[in-house]
Amino acid sequence: MKKIYILSSMGVILMGLAVIFAFTNSADKGYAIGDVVNDFKLKSTSGGVTSMAENKSAKGYIIVFTCNHCPFSKAYESRIMALDKKYASLGYPVLAINPNDPAAYEEDTFENMQAVAKSKGYTFEYLQDETQSVARAFGAARTPSAYVVKREGDKFIMQYIGGIDDNSQDANGVTKRYIEDAVNNLLSGKPVVVNLTKSVGCAIKWKGV
Amino acid sequence: MFLKRNILMLILGLYLSVIQAFSQSEKVRVIRFEDLRKEINHVTDTTLVVHFWATWCKPCVEELPNYEKLSQEYAKKRIRFLMVSMDFPKDIKDKVEPFIAKNSINSEVVLLDEPDYNAWIDEIDKDWSGTIPATLMVNLTMRKRIFFEGQAKMDKFLEELKEMTPVAGEN
Repeated sequence: MKKIYILSSMGVILMGLAVIFAFTNSADKGYAIGDVVNDFKLKSTSGGVTSMAENKSAKGYIIVFTCNHCPFSKAYESRIMALDKKYASLGYPVLAINPNDPAAYEEDTFENMQAVAKSKGYTFEYLQDETQSVARAFGAARTPSAYVVKREGDKFIMQYIGGIDDNSQDANGVTKRYIEDAVNNLLSGKPVVVNLTKSVGCAIKWKGV
Repeated sequence: MFLKRNILMLILGLYLSVIQAFSQSEKVRVIRFEDLRKEINHVTDTTLVVHFWATWCKPCVEELPNYEKLSQEYAKKRIRFLMVSMDFPKDIKDKVEPFIAKNSINSEVVLLDEPDYNAWIDEIDKDWSGTIPATLMVNLTMRKRIFFEGQAKMDKFLEELKEMTPVAGEN
C-alpha cells in the first residue's frame, strides 16, 4: 500500500516536472514589460560575483547582453560605456552580460572579457552568463540586446526591451535613443513611452545546440 | 622598344584592374529598405526568396552554401533567390566580396543599408525577432508568403519551396 502511495506521488511529481519543462520551453520569449525580473548572481570581470540586489543605491539597471566577438556589439561598445557614465550616477548603472558559449567563440572566454574590460576601461560590471540561464530568462536571442529594469521595493520590474538606438553603424547618425529615452522617462517618474523595439545582432550561441 | 612594351603592360594592367573593379561592384549592390520593399511587392509569377544573412553571422555562413545550391537548382523553376547581407556597408570590400568570391556564391547578393531596424523588421514579418538567418518567401500571384527565422530545417524548407514553386505552364 505504502509502495503504491510512493509510486503514485512520484508520478505526480514527474507530471509536475513535465508541466514545468513544457512551460520553460514555451517561455522562450522571456520576460514581458511589467514582469518581475529574477535576480541573478554572475561572475564579474572585476572579481567576485554580482547581483542586482547588491547595489543598494541603484534605482534600476540598464542591462545589455553583449560580447566581445560580435561586430554589432563592438559598434555599440563606446555607446554602452557612455550610457554608464551618464546614468550610473543618476541611479541606473549598466550591467553588461556576455551569454555566449566561449567554446564557439574564442574571443568570448572569461579571460578575454577581462582583457577587454581592462583595456577599454569599463566603468560597469561585465558579467559572464556561464549557464546561459539569465539570457534565457530574459529571452535574449542576440547581442547586443538591451533592457531597462526598475527597482520597486525588493523587486525589479521590466520596463524596456529592445535595441539601444536606431543606428547600429553610426553613432552620429542616431535620431532615436531608445535606452536614454526609457531611463529619462523613469527618472521623471513617467512610464516608458517606447518600451519595445526590434533590432538585429549576432545570434547567441547556445550550449549543446 | 623596351619602353613601348612597358607602356603596353601598364595599359593592360590598368584595363584588367578596371574590369575587375566593375565586376566586383556588380556583385554586391547596396540597397535601402524602399528597394527591398519594391522587390517584395513586385507582382510577378516568379517566387522571390529573400534570405537575410551576414558574414559575421556564424549560423548564416554555415548554411549559405545550401541556399546557393538551391538557387541554382530552382532558377529554372522560376524561383529567384535574393541574398540580403546585413553587413555594414564599410565592410563590402574587405569582408562581403571576398566571402562571396571564396565561397563561389553566384546568386544575387545585395547589402541592405537600413540601420534603423525597428522601422522595418515588422514589415518583413511581425514574428521576426530580428535574429538572422531569416528567410521570406513570397509570390503575390500565388498569394503565398512564408517566413521563418533561424537556420532552415532542410526537409521542411524543400517542402515549402515546392509549395512556392509556380506551376509549370502557368504564365
